[in-house]
Amino acid sequence: MALNERKERKFMRKKILKISNLHKTFYGFRALNGINMNVNEGELLGIMGPNGSGKSTLLNCITGIFPNTDGKVFFRDKDITGWNSSSIFKIGIARTFQMVQIFPDMCVLDNILGALQESNGNMLQRLFQVNESKEKEKAMGMLDFLKISHLKNENAKNLSYGQQKLLDLGMALIADPSLILLDEPLAGVNLTLGKEIIEFILKLVKKKSCTVIIIEHNAKIMLDICSRIIILNEGKKLAEGKPEEIKSNKEVIKAYFGA
Amino acid sequence: MLFQLIIGGTASGILYSLIAMGFSLLWQTSQTINFAQGDFVAASAFIMLISYSMFHFPYLLSLILTLIVAAFILGFIFKKLIVQRILEKGLMSIICATIAMSLLIQNSIIFYSPESQNFPSLIREGTISIFNANLSFLDIFNIFFAIIIIVILQLFLQKTKIGKALKAVAQNRETANILGIDVPKMIMLAFIINAVLSVFAAILVSPIYAAKYNMGSALGLRAFYAAIIGGFNQMRGALLGGLLIGYIEVLTTGYITAEYSEAVILLIVIAVILLKPEGIWGTKEIWSKEL
Amino acid sequence: MTPVESKNRKELVNFSTLLIFSFFVILWIIPYFLNLYTVYVFTWLLIYIIAAYGLNLILGYAGQISLAQAAFMGIGAYVVAILTKLDYSFWIAFPLAGLLSFLVGIILGFPSLKVKHHYLAMVTIGFNFIIYKILMNEEQITGGPYGIMNIPRPTLGFISFESDLSFAHLVLIISLLMVFLMYYLLNTKWGRAFKMIRENEVRAEVVGVDLRSYKLVAFAIGSAYAGIAGGLLPPLFGYIEPTLFEFVISFDFLLMVLIGGRGRFVGPILGVSIVILLPEILRITEQLNLLIFSIIAIIVIVLVPEGASSLVDIAYKLFTGKKFPSLTK
Repeated sequence: MALNERKERKFMRKKILKISNLHKTFYGFRALNGINMNVNEGELLGIMGPNGSGKSTLLNCITGIFPNTDGKVFFRDKDITGWNSSSIFKIGIARTFQMVQIFPDMCVLDNILGALQESNGNMLQRLFQVNESKEKEKAMGMLDFLKISHLKNENAKNLSYGQQKLLDLGMALIADPSLILLDEPLAGVNLTLGKEIIEFILKLVKKKSCTVIIIEHNAKIMLDICSRIIILNEGKKLAEGKPEEIKSNKEVIKAYFGA
Repeated sequence: MLFQLIIGGTASGILYSLIAMGFSLLWQTSQTINFAQGDFVAASAFIMLISYSMFHFPYLLSLILTLIVAAFILGFIFKKLIVQRILEKGLMSIICATIAMSLLIQNSIIFYSPESQNFPSLIREGTISIFNANLSFLDIFNIFFAIIIIVILQLFLQKTKIGKALKAVAQNRETANILGIDVPKMIMLAFIINAVLSVFAAILVSPIYAAKYNMGSALGLRAFYAAIIGGFNQMRGALLGGLLIGYIEVLTTGYITAEYSEAVILLIVIAVILLKPEGIWGTKEIWSKEL
Repeated sequence: MTPVESKNRKELVNFSTLLIFSFFVILWIIPYFLNLYTVYVFTWLLIYIIAAYGLNLILGYAGQISLAQAAFMGIGAYVVAILTKLDYSFWIAFPLAGLLSFLVGIILGFPSLKVKHHYLAMVTIGFNFIIYKILMNEEQITGGPYGIMNIPRPTLGFISFESDLSFAHLVLIISLLMVFLMYYLLNTKWGRAFKMIRENEVRAEVVGVDLRSYKLVAFAIGSAYAGIAGGLLPPLFGYIEPTLFEFVISFDFLLMVLIGGRGRFVGPILGVSIVILLPEILRITEQLNLLIFSIIAIIVIVLVPEGASSLVDIAYKLFTGKKFPSLTK
C-alpha cells in the first residue's frame, strides 16, 4: 500500500467519539443498557430506533445534560464522561434539540452572537471585548447561509417553528464544532424546509469536514444521506452498518415492524 | 442534662420536620418551592385564634374549622389561583410569588394584631422529672402528637390507593401519567395535605412560642434548611433533617450561645451543599437539568 | 448595518444622550426647590435606586434570587461608619465598602450557586438574619441596637458636602455613575451571557456559558452595589442602626425590582419610586402599604411580569407607534 493511501486509511479510522458500555437508568428504568459504539472522523452517522429506544438519552448523556449511570465517553481519546455541557461545547461538540431551544426574548442576531461568544478567550477578556464587528460578520454569514438574515432583529419567540429550528441549527454550527449532534432536526418540519435542512447539513459536512450524528425517524432520508447507521432498541445497539446492510437486516425489520 | 437536651431537640425538631415534609411534598409533586411555608403555619395559627379567641368556639370545632379553611385557602386557592398560573413561567416566578405571599400573610396578620398572642394548649403547663431531667408536658405531648401525624401520613402514602398514587406522582410525574394517574388531582391533594400539616404544626408550636405575625419567618427558614440538609426529594430527608436542626439548635443554645445557632445551622447547610448537595438522606438527582 | 440603520442608530444615541443630559440637569435642580425633609427623601431614593440596580442585575438578568440586599447595605454602611469615625477618609472607606461586599458576595455565592436549586435564596435569607444579629450583638464594634452616631459628611479637598443640598448632589453624581456602569456592563458580552442564563439556562450551558461563574459574578456585583449604596447612608443620616438593615428591607427590594419590572433597565428607578413615593403621596400607613405592595407584587408576577416597565412600553408605543427599544443587549 502506498504511503498516502495508508495515511488516508488511518485518518478514516480515527475515532472522534468512543462510547464504552454506557448505562443510564431512570428510577429503575434502563434507558441505556450498555451502549458500545464508535464514531469515525468526518462521517455522517445516523442513529435510529423506535420511540423509547434511548436515542435522545444517548445524546443527552454525551452532551452533559444527564449524568450517566455507568460507562465512559471519549472524545478524541479524551475522557469526557460526566463533563458539564459548557465544557463539552468548548472542546468542539455542539448539538441541537428535539424541542427547539432558543433564547426567546433575544433577537435572532443576539441568539447567534450568544452562541458564538463563549468560545473566545476567557471570561475576563470577554468583559472588555466591546467591538463585535468581526463576530457580527460571522453571525450574519451564518444567518445568510440559513437564509434567515432578514429576521435578524426579530425576537426569537416570534419566529415560526421552522425558522426557530434553523436558528437552533445556526447556534449549534456557529462556533465551528468538530462534532455536531442533531436531535431530530426534521421533526415537525414540512417537506420543503426539511429538504433545505438536509441540504445545509450536507453542505456543512463537505465544507468544514466535521463529523455529524443525526437522530431521525425518517428512514428514507437517513438511508439516503448517512454513510453509516446505528439502530438502537430498548437501550441496546441492535444493528450497525452501511445503509444497504441495515435495509436488509432482519432484526431491524422485526424491531420496526414487529414481523 | 443531655437527655433533657435530646428531648427538647426532638420536640422542636419534629415540628420542623412536619413543616419540612409538607415543603418536600410540594416540591416533589409539582416543583413548587413555597417560600411562604412558615407563614402558612402562622396563618393557620391565626385562623385558629380568630375562631377560638374571637368567636369563642370550642377548641375541637375551631380545629376543624381551621383545617377546612386552611385546606381551602392555603391548599386549593393557593394552587389553583397562584401556583398553576405561574408554574409555566418558571421556578423563579414561583419563588418570587411565594415570597410576596409571605409578606402578604404577615401583613394581613398584623392587621388583626401586631402583638404576640397567647395560644390555647391542649396540655396544661408543667414539667415531669424523668431520669433526672425536667421535661415539659408540652414537649412530650408534641413529640407524641407529631409522631402520630407522621405515622398516619406514611400509612396513607404507602397503604392506601390514593396515597400510593400520590407517591407515584412525587417520584416521577411522567411515569405516573402514563400509568393513568390523575396527576393534577394528586398535586392538588399534595397542596391540601401541606395545608393540613401546617395547621397541625401551628397548634403544636404556638402554645410554646406564642403566635405572632413574624413567627413564620424563622419557622419557614428552619424548615427549608431541614429540607436542604436532610434531602429535598425524599420525605424521610425532611423528617430527619428537621430533627437534626432541632438537635443542632438545642446543642448550640446549650453549649455555645442561643444567638448564633442560626450561624451554626447556616454553616452546616453550606457544608452540606458543598459536600452532598442532594442532602444527607436525599437521593442524587437523576435529572441534572430541567429540560 | 445598512446606512439607514446606522443613521437611525445615531439618531437614537443622540436623542438618548440629550434625554439623559436633560434628566441630569433636572435632577440637579430639583433639590433646590425641596424642603429639608424632601431633600432627605430625594437622596434616600437615589441610594435605594443604586441597591435596586444591584438586585435587578442578580434577579432580572442573571435569574437568581437574593434576599440579602439589606445585609450587604448593612455591611457597606457599617464599614463607612466605623472607618470614618476612626478618622479615615470617606473616600477610602467608601470603595472599601463596595469591595468588601463584593468579596463577601463571592464567598457566600460560591457554595450556594454550585447546585441547581435556588439555594442562594435560602442562604441569603439566613445570611441577612445573621448579619442583623451580629449588628445587634457585637456592641463593641457596631454599637449594638443603638448603632453609631455623629457620622460626619465627607469632604473632598476644599469642597465640603456638609450641607444637605451638596450631599444630595454628590449622591446624584455617584448614583448616575453606578447606573452608567451598569449600562456598560449589560451591553458587554457579560450582559448577553446574563440574558442567556435568564432566558434559557440549559441552552446557555450547551452553547458554552459557564453558568456558575456568571451567576457568581452577577451576585457579587449586585451585592457590591448594595454595599456601595449602604456606604452612602451613614453620612446621609449622620447615624446608622441595625433596624435599617432588617430582613424586611431585603423583601422590600425584591418588591421594588418586581414591581418596576425585572430585567428591564429602567425597572429599578420605577420600582423604587413607586414603592417609596406612592405611600407618601397616598398617605398610607406603613403596615398597610406593605400589604398593598405584596398584593401588587403577586398580581404583577402572575399577570404582568414586566411590571411598571410595561407601562413605559405602552406609553412609548402610543406616542411613537414603535416598540420601545431595549436599552440593553
